[in-house]
Amino acid sequence: MWQYIIKRLFLMIPTVIGAAVIIFILPRLMPGDICELRYAESSNYSLEQVNLCRQTLGLNDPVLVQFGEFLWGIVTFNFGDSMWTGRPIIHEIGLRFELSLQVAIMATIVSVAIAIPLGTLSAVYQNTWIDYIVRGVSIAGIAMPSFWLGILIILALLTVSEAMTGTRWSPPIEYVPIWEDPLYNLSMLIWPALATGYRYSAVSTRMTRSSLLEVLREDYVRTARAKGLMEKLIINRHALKNALLPVITIIGMEFAFLMGGLVVTEQVFNLNGLGRLLVQAVTQKDYTMTQAIVMIIVLVFVFCNIVVDILYAWLDPRIRYS
Amino acid sequence: MRSKLWKLVLGAAAAAALSTGATAEEPKYGGVLNLVVASEAPSFDGHIETTFGTIHPIAPFYSLLVRVNPDNPGDPTDIQCDLCETFETSADGLTWTFKIKSGVTFHDGTPLTSADILATYNKIINPPEGIRSARKDFYLMVDSVTAPDDSTVVFQLKYPSGAFLPALADPFNFIYSKKDLDEHGYEWHQKNVNGTGPFIFVSADPGASVEGKKNPNYHHKGKPYLDGFKAIIATDMSARVQAIEGGRADIEFRGFPPKQRDELVAALGDKITVQESDWNCVLIVTPNHDRAPMNDVRVRRALSLAIDRWGGSQYLSNIAIVKTVGGIVFPNHPLAATEEELVQIAGYGKDLEANRAEARRLLKEAGHENVKIIFNNRGVDQPYKVVGTWLVDQWKQVGIEAEQQVNPSPVFYDILRKTREFDVSIDFNCQSLVNPIADVSFFLPGGGSQFSGVQDPEITRIYDELSKAGTAEQQRSLMRQLEKRILDETASQFITLWWYKINPHRSYVKGWKIPPSHYLAQQLDHIWLDKDS
Repeated sequence: MWQYIIKRLFLMIPTVIGAAVIIFILPRLMPGDICELRYAESSNYSLEQVNLCRQTLGLNDPVLVQFGEFLWGIVTFNFGDSMWTGRPIIHEIGLRFELSLQVAIMATIVSVAIAIPLGTLSAVYQNTWIDYIVRGVSIAGIAMPSFWLGILIILALLTVSEAMTGTRWSPPIEYVPIWEDPLYNLSMLIWPALATGYRYSAVSTRMTRSSLLEVLREDYVRTARAKGLMEKLIINRHALKNALLPVITIIGMEFAFLMGGLVVTEQVFNLNGLGRLLVQAVTQKDYTMTQAIVMIIVLVFVFCNIVVDILYAWLDPRIRYS
Repeated sequence: MRSKLWKLVLGAAAAAALSTGATAEEPKYGGVLNLVVASEAPSFDGHIETTFGTIHPIAPFYSLLVRVNPDNPGDPTDIQCDLCETFETSADGLTWTFKIKSGVTFHDGTPLTSADILATYNKIINPPEGIRSARKDFYLMVDSVTAPDDSTVVFQLKYPSGAFLPALADPFNFIYSKKDLDEHGYEWHQKNVNGTGPFIFVSADPGASVEGKKNPNYHHKGKPYLDGFKAIIATDMSARVQAIEGGRADIEFRGFPPKQRDELVAALGDKITVQESDWNCVLIVTPNHDRAPMNDVRVRRALSLAIDRWGGSQYLSNIAIVKTVGGIVFPNHPLAATEEELVQIAGYGKDLEANRAEARRLLKEAGHENVKIIFNNRGVDQPYKVVGTWLVDQWKQVGIEAEQQVNPSPVFYDILRKTREFDVSIDFNCQSLVNPIADVSFFLPGGGSQFSGVQDPEITRIYDELSKAGTAEQQRSLMRQLEKRILDETASQFITLWWYKINPHRSYVKGWKIPPSHYLAQQLDHIWLDKDS
């Protein structure tokens, strides 16, 4: 097992280097730069000020020097300062990472809590009204963008709160850590977690259902039934465990996506998360910040992949020994 | 004694000033104002920044030497002392003397003297090598700044200029402590705050909020009324609207489009108050004079003649933040063209069919009937994309087929300013103070903000005369000549519609009067909350 884990860790290195090259080159291919943009709104545009800004930010340095600094930043985990705000990137990301992680965990909990029972019910009661409802709900979840569901949730909260209390209530727009004020924190983050968790659960529900249906047709399940084992026991102990392998992959990938991909949902709920920071960095042409966030997201993806692979190996010994 | 020139301009605007006098309501003390801001401050240093993202959360911590009267911000000529006690100018308009208030202290306890004002303006006007200053070109008329004693600052000008005092009142001109500049350097203020403003810096949470608390030693006695403020960053418009609707925020100072205003009014009724004003921003059509067919004045004139400005004002204002028909000067300013004057300019006549017939004739004469052009526009919904789409339709009416290329901001600016691969581009002129003589320098050939490639010595000549004109009558007459030259005779660039500012806010927010710019009147010392009313 340890050999397997070490092998997977070494495979991370070319992935990270490849991602670093791509993320360094791509933003620079787009015309314009941060200094041009920073002074764009000025009522008295001055090329002198733009050039001074470029010099200060090191944009006039040779590209190889800039790339070398970026690679060294990855190695030392010190990405320097944001070109836009001048603040240390690690500090900026750290502030948002906490919120994004909490939303990702909460959405995953919501998703798993919905997906596993519903997917199982749908498979067990295949082609019954239960199956049809579950499939309808999950297709709706896939079809409905989470940000749109988020907007609906906010509108519903405004309307319902007015009907009930006479005053319009919307979720807080400023983040407070859960250990400082749990109620306030949850009253802000539960809604985006529900909106994204529902969409996320829709994919997992369908995967659970199809995977479980496949497993339930396996010979060993038939043997278990022939032995007279209780159906509940067959599903819970024998079928579900094996059916969860592809579901775990989906959950792992979705979790990684949630860490930086909730761009629009974060905008709708005004969450100061990694997704919003990434979009700001890209639109502001803040190369250092863009590179750092993408690298963090790449690392999260790689880490989630490893965790999924390890879980796979743990659930299915054939993988570990091959 | 103030200058004769300044008095003339003041007199011309007196009526407007009187119409927006101080409110009769008695201010109440207490409460925290929650405002939402669409953008985060790149840094806290107003001298290097150009965005409202810096002004809205940071201006309340600072004072200016002079400022636009926050109780009358609609009047661009109502400039009053902030940190000065009095100011006067010599008869020739070359020497401006400011007496500084005594007993003012920075938030760290350091007393304010004229040395702080001097150090601040030296940073703005003559920054050391390698130090940025976004507006140093505003002060080309300044010969020297001196502080003969602790309470006096003297600006010596090279020539008298009506643009000088408004430039001093620019809301980005935060007054810094000389001690901070000497001890911490010229970049310290990018991440730190120490001012003499109505609020003391409490915290800044990157990407989230900036918080300030009441300054008990504020130099305008009895102010501020609020206990504090919190500027919450909300980049998405729907989040800002919902924050106001759901009581999470009280106000947003930049402005909303008409649809969002109507949404808030429908949802909140009398709990929301809407203030509206002309906005000192305008989208400008910029033909590329270095490329055919835009190097032909007839084609440029045809482009302007095709536009139905009066109709656009009526209908476009229902969906976009544009409204007022105007020339090169901010509408309703004493130096702006009246309607009678405007209709004499190509593209402003009220007979639309006659305008468009003339446009078709000019295109035919130039051999460019059914011409195809590339139109560079910015990927910002309000008002760029809305106005851009409207323009494409207007031009189509005279046979011009414009291929609108909507680009993200960095690409848009790159095309406009560097590669210049466009036939026509949108550009904009967005100013803080209404300072027409300085504002119209945007149109000058060879100017820093000029990307049409226009080469016309006559425009420069008229502007030179205008900038040195001694009386308001002369200024007005020269401004008309300049306007005619730019918009009509050379059609070097032309105006679409002036922006229109719409600020819905919670009705309990009192004392704030809408200014013609989202940069002005943001110190918040004149605002109070009346939640009991």
